[in-house]
Amino acid sequence: MTKTITVTVNGTAHTAEVEPRLLLVHMIREVLNMTGTHIGCDTSSCGACTILLDGKSIKSCTVLAVQANGKSITTIEGLAPEGGPLHPLQEGFKENHGLHCGFCTPGMIMRCVELLEHNNNPTEEEIRWGISGNLCRCTGYNNIVKAVQWAGAKMRGEETPSTEPEFV
Amino acid sequence: MIQCKTSKAIGGMGHSLKRKEDARFIQGKGNYVDDVKLPGMLYMDIVRSPYAYAKIKNINIEEAMKVPGVVAVVSGRDLEKYNLHWMPTLMSDTQMVLPTDTVMYQSQEVAAVIATTKYAARDGREAVIVEYEPMKPVIDPFKSLDPSAPVLRSDKEGKTDNHIWNWKAGDKEKTDTLFETADVVVKEQMHIPRIHVASIETCGCVADYDKVNNHLTMYMTTQAPHAIRTVIALVAGHVGLTEEKVRVIAPDIGGGFGGKVPVYPGYVIAIAVSFLVGKPVKWIEDRSENLQADSFARDYHITAEMAGTKDGKILGTRFKILADHGYTDASANPSKFPTGMFSIATGSYDYGTTYMECDAVYTNKPPGGVAYRCSFRVTEAVHAIERITDRFAFEVGKDPADLRMQNFIKKEDFPWKSPTGWIYDSGDYHAGLQKAMDALNYNDLRREQAEKRAKGELMGIGISTFTEIVGAGPSKDFDILGIKMFDSAEIRVHPTGKAIARFGTKSQGQGHETTYAQIIAEELGIPAENIAIEEGDTDTAPYGLGTYASRSTPTAGAAAAIAARKLRDKARKIAAYLLEVSEDDLEWEPGKFFVKGAPEKSKTIQELVFAAYTNHPQGMEAGFEATHYYDPPNLTFPSGAYICVVDIDRETCEIKVRRFVAIDDCGNIINPMIVQGQVHGGLTQGIAPAMYEELIYDEAGNILNGTFMDYLVPTAVESPNWETGHTVTPSPHHPIGAKGVGESPTVGAPPAIANAIVDALSPFGITHLDIPITPFKIFKALKEKGVF
Amino acid sequence: MIAQSFQYESPGTLAEAIALLNEHGDEAKVLSGGHSLIPMMKLRFASPGYLIDINNIPGLSDIKEEAGVVRIGALVRESQLEHSDLLAKHFPIFKDVTKLIADPQVRNMGTLGGNLAHGDAANDHPAVMIALGASVVITNAEGEREVPIDEFFYGFYMTAIQQGEILTEIRIPVPASGTGNAYHKLERKVGDYATAGVAVQITVGEDGIVTSAGIGLTNLNPVPLRASRSEEALIGKPLSDETIALAAQFASEDCSPNSDLRGSEEYKRHLTSVLVKRMIAKAVERING
Repeated sequence: MTKTITVTVNGTAHTAEVEPRLLLVHMIREVLNMTGTHIGCDTSSCGACTILLDGKSIKSCTVLAVQANGKSITTIEGLAPEGGPLHPLQEGFKENHGLHCGFCTPGMIMRCVELLEHNNNPTEEEIRWGISGNLCRCTGYNNIVKAVQWAGAKMRGEETPSTEPEFV
Repeated sequence: MIQCKTSKAIGGMGHSLKRKEDARFIQGKGNYVDDVKLPGMLYMDIVRSPYAYAKIKNINIEEAMKVPGVVAVVSGRDLEKYNLHWMPTLMSDTQMVLPTDTVMYQSQEVAAVIATTKYAARDGREAVIVEYEPMKPVIDPFKSLDPSAPVLRSDKEGKTDNHIWNWKAGDKEKTDTLFETADVVVKEQMHIPRIHVASIETCGCVADYDKVNNHLTMYMTTQAPHAIRTVIALVAGHVGLTEEKVRVIAPDIGGGFGGKVPVYPGYVIAIAVSFLVGKPVKWIEDRSENLQADSFARDYHITAEMAGTKDGKILGTRFKILADHGYTDASANPSKFPTGMFSIATGSYDYGTTYMECDAVYTNKPPGGVAYRCSFRVTEAVHAIERITDRFAFEVGKDPADLRMQNFIKKEDFPWKSPTGWIYDSGDYHAGLQKAMDALNYNDLRREQAEKRAKGELMGIGISTFTEIVGAGPSKDFDILGIKMFDSAEIRVHPTGKAIARFGTKSQGQGHETTYAQIIAEELGIPAENIAIEEGDTDTAPYGLGTYASRSTPTAGAAAAIAARKLRDKARKIAAYLLEVSEDDLEWEPGKFFVKGAPEKSKTIQELVFAAYTNHPQGMEAGFEATHYYDPPNLTFPSGAYICVVDIDRETCEIKVRRFVAIDDCGNIINPMIVQGQVHGGLTQGIAPAMYEELIYDEAGNILNGTFMDYLVPTAVESPNWETGHTVTPSPHHPIGAKGVGESPTVGAPPAIANAIVDALSPFGITHLDIPITPFKIFKALKEKGVF
Repeated sequence: MIAQSFQYESPGTLAEAIALLNEHGDEAKVLSGGHSLIPMMKLRFASPGYLIDINNIPGLSDIKEEAGVVRIGALVRESQLEHSDLLAKHFPIFKDVTKLIADPQVRNMGTLGGNLAHGDAANDHPAVMIALGASVVITNAEGEREVPIDEFFYGFYMTAIQQGEILTEIRIPVPASGTGNAYHKLERKVGDYATAGVAVQITVGEDGIVTSAGIGLTNLNPVPLRASRSEEALIGKPLSDETIALAAQFASEDCSPNSDLRGSEEYKRHLTSVLVKRMIAKAVERING
């Protein structure tokens, strides 16, 4: 038995008839064809599927689409208008080399959106614990920490730290 | 300081150019295989074996076929009709695509369910009923050679045991004599654990066979699209899929690390099904399937020995290896190197005697092993030499830093011929280690350690000074399935002076779109931002062997430089023509030729390119394009000096990596930001096997940690803040003096961490612990020493 | 990883939810945060015919203090616990425990009620609730009943919640002055289930005599365990190295951990002893701090 649900995604309401077992991440990727949100595991471990559900970062592989009925979702595609300007986190990741293969990046950025909303001047430790639900296999996390700090400075209206690598 | 020859506007070598590829990734516009969606596409899911070794008695598909949306269930018997049920591995061993009668490891593919949706395919998979007759598996590699062990590969004619091959290098007699007579001999048995690349994107494909045109387009997660196209043609040529009818497209790859080099059965089944039904078929693994069935890495059992003098001079080494390859030798090594580059295990030290030998065996575990962020078994080699070097230092009572300084090959002795025959191109090991020691005030740390020890606290300092061997490789020795390991670049400069360059490699996050553009910018003076880079489409890119083993910069990067130099030579001819001078009267500075002594008389590269299309000298070929297939004269030998400081909680045995300093020497640097990023990432992939990751099997061959719940990929909390730096010793034989860096940190970090932990525990007489070293393992070791 | 098909209901009232549970009996499962249940369904370890989503039922998401009792609605998320000033005042232990549960995204969904109702001794809240002397409110068609935490856990995945019942609230007595509490678990990596976890709440009178002690253990026993002998070793005595050592020893003896990938039974008993000592010290530090 299917259910008719309405979910607002990146500001646009979408109505769809879905099986109750349809995972939210599959609705986003397969029904709405927004492929920026990724799937990296089966066990809510990797965070590649992180989106904002009513402003809170959640793992969309462990939420049913029906649970999002009447709610509002933001995905990486909705973080900034197409063609820019970019969100400070998007810019921060690029400027600080906070990504390599890019697969974990959308989930990582979406998680950090909430992190910075909660605290726009986090310490290194707060950032590390704050992204502990997101696995990155490429970057070693150093530059992700830098990217988040950079974005925080930008959001606070302060001068952003240097993006030169400390590779001397 | 890194010196740049070009302006920031040109963005040649040495500039920390921001990456061109990032724009799409940060906005959710990357295009990975699972993002490919084609009209009429079917979905494939795979039934997998719960047993490590069993006869298949029956596969009942009746219920599965009743599941709405299920189109077909394919078994080995079905593929057998087309002779598609077996495939070669990259090591010329053989591997089942789907079994016809026996499963050889847990999670092996048994049947494939094809359906109109992903969900229906999974329901169908659950409904397939397979009857098995389990058999007693061979799991322990040490028991696989017992005469009583069942012969696992009875499919191979005349096979009477589980031995795959024996490999040796060095001088046995000389080495044995040395070990009999040397003053000091140390020995440790070590296991380099079976681990998994665990890229965050799993493997998958969309096989799209067009019946009308008899043409296959294969979108897949591959690091080596061209080689894969050739393999597909070898496997399926007999059914009509010859090489010109196959196009392999590797779109954006969500991390590869060697795990996306092999051909997995899933790919072949998807091709077979698409070929049979004439529709696109998508197959994307789950994480658990990825961890449980795809090629593992490492799994070497090594007995390492070192002989030397009482005052710390290393005289020789001896290594005996047992390699557990699982069900088939599915390594991804160059053909002539079954142990990869293990013979680099003599390390960074100046001595002349070594002997090493490896036996490879079959067991009932998934096949492998791949070169996980490692130039073919270098990680295993470096772990062995760096651990045994520390062991030797401990034995003779010398500080491990002093002992290394004493034994390093000297800067002036390069090129240096190793006892196993490698010609190390260049290096300055003393400078690297000194720089690492200075970065963390090594002597102060040793003093602190002594004070802590006096109080019973556990603090350790570990060093790893490794030599890598990458950039495979010279065609006289290096091939995969007979194809020589060159790589290629093709540069086309458009009339307006903007370029596109295509490569046989394939980035999986290394930033090729940026760094290749920088190499060409360096050589031609065209701004890097005006050079588009394309990889991964076999219809457009020149043939190459792909990206792994830190080979992209040493091979394709060199190809780019040489192709660009061919174009610069052509530009010089055009400039001479336009400026009406002889070629010898021209001088180059990045971006233009000018007349010697009359710099106002010049032509920019853009003007010269335009002329190549509009006003080229008579007799000269029009256009501005060049291709180069680069066959390296030698491998490159990056090196590094890593120092790790750990504190261990004496009660809980928890390990805290307090500091980790990595000084890398990868020769000339194309983009410091990217090199540093590679080092960071590799270091986290180094702490992973050192402290967290290992694929664990029980006696029945069940994997005990086949999900991310238990296969412990480090998060940002486990991963310390990495401190990085570099020295530069250019490669003398490489066109731009670069050596490659991607794997150094993965190779160099584990022994630094292990050495630090063992150092912390050395007061209790502990001389070795196998990685991953966990708090529990430390507890057991201390308990054995009577601490608890 | 895809669950088997099921029917989904999303009642707007508790009464409706209970009626649905009664109607569908064994086939129905309550969906709250879903971060234990949905993964099990994706692996097809659980295949309920009906999911009764209680997330749209109002009134289950508050944290309030009334008459010396802190009342936490069953749908209160881990992240709410983590950031609640009210809880921080009496129970710094909630910051300890929530930080170590899974990760921030999971904590945005996971609920206290769900964590307890799952009946898993590997979860962290059972031990904390034991230490804090909590009780659990269970609602059914007839009304509600309050079950002390010690009578709540029956066995592996089994609790006092019967068919047609929903856990609706958690009640924790506000501790007397002179009380401190703390939780820590050792984990293989952040977000992992505990290798060993210990929750302690301790009240020390002005005379230095321990007047109450609660000690709960995580993942060290088939069912969440109260370390009763350890508590008794402390109560009525001044805190000393000897009493603390005895409490630690009793806890390590009375638990019954399994040897598994996280460590051997012996190692876990050892850790239990270490953690009991450390958590008592930390709890006491908080009284004084």
